[in-house]
Amino acid sequence: MVVSDYRITGATGEWEVVIGLEVHAQVTSNAKLFSGAATIFGAEPNTQVSLVDAAMPGMLPVPNRECIRQAVRTGMAIGAQINRWSRFDRKNYFYADLPQGYQISQLYHPLVGEGEITVLLDDKDESSAKSIGVERIHVEQDAGKLMHDQHPTMSFVDLNRSGVALMEIVSKPDMRSPAEAGAYVRKLRAILRYVGSCDGNMEEGSMRADVNVSVRRVGGPGEPEAELGTRTETKNVNSVRFVMAVIEHEARRQVEVIEEGGAIIQETRLFDPDKGVTRTLRSKEDAHDYRYFPDPDLLPLELDEAFLAECRASLPELPDAKRKRFEALGIGAYNASVLTAEVETARWFDALLDAGAPPAQAANWVASELFGALNRMGRTLLDSPVSPADAAELLRLVADKTLSGSLAKQVFEIMLESGDAASKIVEERGLKQTSDTGAIDIAIDAILAANADKVQQYKDGKEALFGFFVGQTMKAMQGKANPQVINERLRAKLAV
Amino acid sequence: MTELTSSTIAELRDGFRAGEFSAREIAEDFNAAIVAGRALNAWTVETPELALAAADVADAARGDDTLKPLSGIPLGIKDLFATEGVDSTAGSNILKGFKPPYESTVSSKLKDAGAGMLGKLNMDEFAMGSSNETSAYGPVISPWQRSDGGNAALTPGGSSGGSAAAVAAGMAPGVTGTDTGGSIRQPAAFVGICGIKPTYGRCSRWGIVAFASSLDQAGPMAKTVRDCAIMLEVMSGFDPRDATSLNVPVPKWEAGLSSDLKGKRVGIPTEYRIDGVPAEIDAMWEQGVEWLRDAGAEPVKISLPHTRHALPTYYIIAPAEASSNLARYDGVRYGLREMGVKSLDDMYAATRAAGFGAEVKRRIMIGTYVLSAGFYDAYFTKAQKVRSLIKRDFTEAFELCDCILTPTAPSAAFGIGEKMSDPLAMYLNDVFAVPASLAGLPAMSVPGGLDGQGLPLGLHLIGREMDEQGVLNAALAIEERAGFTARAERWW
Repeated sequence: MVVSDYRITGATGEWEVVIGLEVHAQVTSNAKLFSGAATIFGAEPNTQVSLVDAAMPGMLPVPNRECIRQAVRTGMAIGAQINRWSRFDRKNYFYADLPQGYQISQLYHPLVGEGEITVLLDDKDESSAKSIGVERIHVEQDAGKLMHDQHPTMSFVDLNRSGVALMEIVSKPDMRSPAEAGAYVRKLRAILRYVGSCDGNMEEGSMRADVNVSVRRVGGPGEPEAELGTRTETKNVNSVRFVMAVIEHEARRQVEVIEEGGAIIQETRLFDPDKGVTRTLRSKEDAHDYRYFPDPDLLPLELDEAFLAECRASLPELPDAKRKRFEALGIGAYNASVLTAEVETARWFDALLDAGAPPAQAANWVASELFGALNRMGRTLLDSPVSPADAAELLRLVADKTLSGSLAKQVFEIMLESGDAASKIVEERGLKQTSDTGAIDIAIDAILAANADKVQQYKDGKEALFGFFVGQTMKAMQGKANPQVINERLRAKLAV
Repeated sequence: MTELTSSTIAELRDGFRAGEFSAREIAEDFNAAIVAGRALNAWTVETPELALAAADVADAARGDDTLKPLSGIPLGIKDLFATEGVDSTAGSNILKGFKPPYESTVSSKLKDAGAGMLGKLNMDEFAMGSSNETSAYGPVISPWQRSDGGNAALTPGGSSGGSAAAVAAGMAPGVTGTDTGGSIRQPAAFVGICGIKPTYGRCSRWGIVAFASSLDQAGPMAKTVRDCAIMLEVMSGFDPRDATSLNVPVPKWEAGLSSDLKGKRVGIPTEYRIDGVPAEIDAMWEQGVEWLRDAGAEPVKISLPHTRHALPTYYIIAPAEASSNLARYDGVRYGLREMGVKSLDDMYAATRAAGFGAEVKRRIMIGTYVLSAGFYDAYFTKAQKVRSLIKRDFTEAFELCDCILTPTAPSAAFGIGEKMSDPLAMYLNDVFAVPASLAGLPAMSVPGGLDGQGLPLGLHLIGREMDEQGVLNAALAIEERAGFTARAERWW
């Protein structure tokens, strides 16, 4: 287990930061948690609202099986306990974006119990792994949205989001630095996207975090760990960068307050991304009494073995397993991390392997050549001009020495422009690598003859000139000569 | 009124089918009775045109042989049911003028079965009350009066007071009611008609304005046991839109009616003998036992030890659920909106202060209190535990008997205004009705006779879960022996 050395240095000493995250992830589903209304992002206001979502009199919620299934699959993906018996509770409060006057959530008996997520603090180093506990995952309804910019004196309500299913994924207070929290959110997002239970789109609000932060003094060696400090909760933080910024700011602020003799108040805060600061939203004294109680419109949720078996069987290979499999294929730790961080990359790379590409070379090529080219073109793997099958062919031509590294680069550039297959390009343009020693010898002899002075210098000890002779020979061969053969022949001839 | 308005649903159905009269004649007679009965204040909306339209469809159907179970029968619908395009206000100012764009499952089923709608029936606001006096439309007046010549206006009971009065006064052959803690059975007893609350989950709650979700059940009220069976068969059935709906087939209750109770044991719960209950009520209960014995049943003493906790338990659970269910009436999307001084909170406060009546506010406050931090375990959790014990009492009792006989209410109808200033006395009305509600069991009130003041008294039958047939059959045995034919003498 890695121990974080992230510290806030205050006027009176060193402070440790304790972080817990509640991540709200919108469940990928065509319909809402308790109604059949659609859930498409960006639709015209109030066009995706059923009678249930608008809380019309006499309307009743009916659980959407697909939302439950997605949450169960997510729980399984983090190795969590799945509660075969769970229940929905009402969280009561008044707000104009909450038509029922309560949110249906799960306080007392959540669907998913304890699990864990392993994060790598250093992509290159398996020993930097840290396990972050997940306390629970429960499902609940999202609220609608208030619009304050539509009318000079009134606020408008858009209920499109009202009733959309959310998973609330509650971590344990196991994180000790902004970097750990960032790694946790990224890893969680990756898992959700692998599983397909949330699109992880933080800009569209499909994933947002409530950040709980407290600080405590670092004890000296052998001293018992200090008790947890009073925490604050910063709501609705919608990017990894902001999560980290909130922690940095909030930890410093808390240390300052305490060191100046003040006390941290348990309160809800908001992050202002423009100023990079958090500010009070409401303190514990104004906190709602949510009067949670079991929703009498809904029976307890009981999951049978067949349902659980289907959920389990439908899980894809997850990031950690995939990374380990890639490493076992001879792919370096860093590349394996990069290739498994995003589900699209991982799927693309798996397709490349399936098409017969040699793993280690393929990993290097994707991480440097392909990503470089896509970056240059402003594209992603999803709209890559080169398919996994085409790329596999290119890599095979390198492996069987038809193409040298430099020839492969040329062919790849042409593939990107023309969309043609590598073999076709090689054929049409005669870009095949040659190991014909006769032709190579002729070229070498000509080069050595034309550079007699340099040959002498080389023989006098200026060995660096060897590269010059290789380059000249390759140039004379229009890049098509097998570099190994050039090396061998050059050494032989210069040794004379 | 005419003989049609004093007929039962079965008589109207059979006579109409036999061609003795048309559906239009039936509808016209009831429409006229409603107009003539306006002094009773039983209706919040009259829809004679809807009754006539359904009648015309029924008359045509008789011509081409496409009759449905309730073709030709016009019915009254309690205002708690959402009826498409027709005011559905739950007896409350906060929903005044609300015309839902949807129809409740139960009223849809009745319409699909050919029934017409005579109008919407007055009720206690949000079904909270036992005398119909909490209605925003004012109290319903019972068609019954005491035989003392005093002409005091009596309550028809509540919350389904309009429903009860409509049947008793011949303004509808049958009506829908809802029962959360006695709201079908107590009014049925007060006006000398039958009413059954089926097993929780038999009738879909979809489209019924919620009072207390874990207790609310729809049911029919009509003159006879048979009529209740006919209506309940149509009203029941699984509804995928209600997660608490029972996914079981609906029995043919009318065909299964039998007053032969040989081999049945009737439980008489010791704990239902309560101090202060008039001797006439006890005597009626004794009489009921004898009638059931006469029908072949064997009376057995049973114990329901947690009965005395039922009323307090009910008055924690029902208000708790109601306080949450009624949060949606906030002035934002439909119904009344009163603009406050400045903030959103002001608007909520102004809207709800103006929209809700005193009893509804009282129950919202009780419910909010029992759910609040620090009190939740002491009240709500405790009440849930007691509710389980009450259910267990019944489970154990039903090992010894097949159904249970009790009085429906601890008194006959009382005068309007007599109990409004004393909520606890009012709540006591449902002391016999509430345990079956908490246990989700089918229960029915059937008229037993008149008390010394000439007012109807009801007998109450409680059955095993999903054994509506047992309840109906025992009620039928009483009905046949009681020979209750008394009707309110028309004064209105």
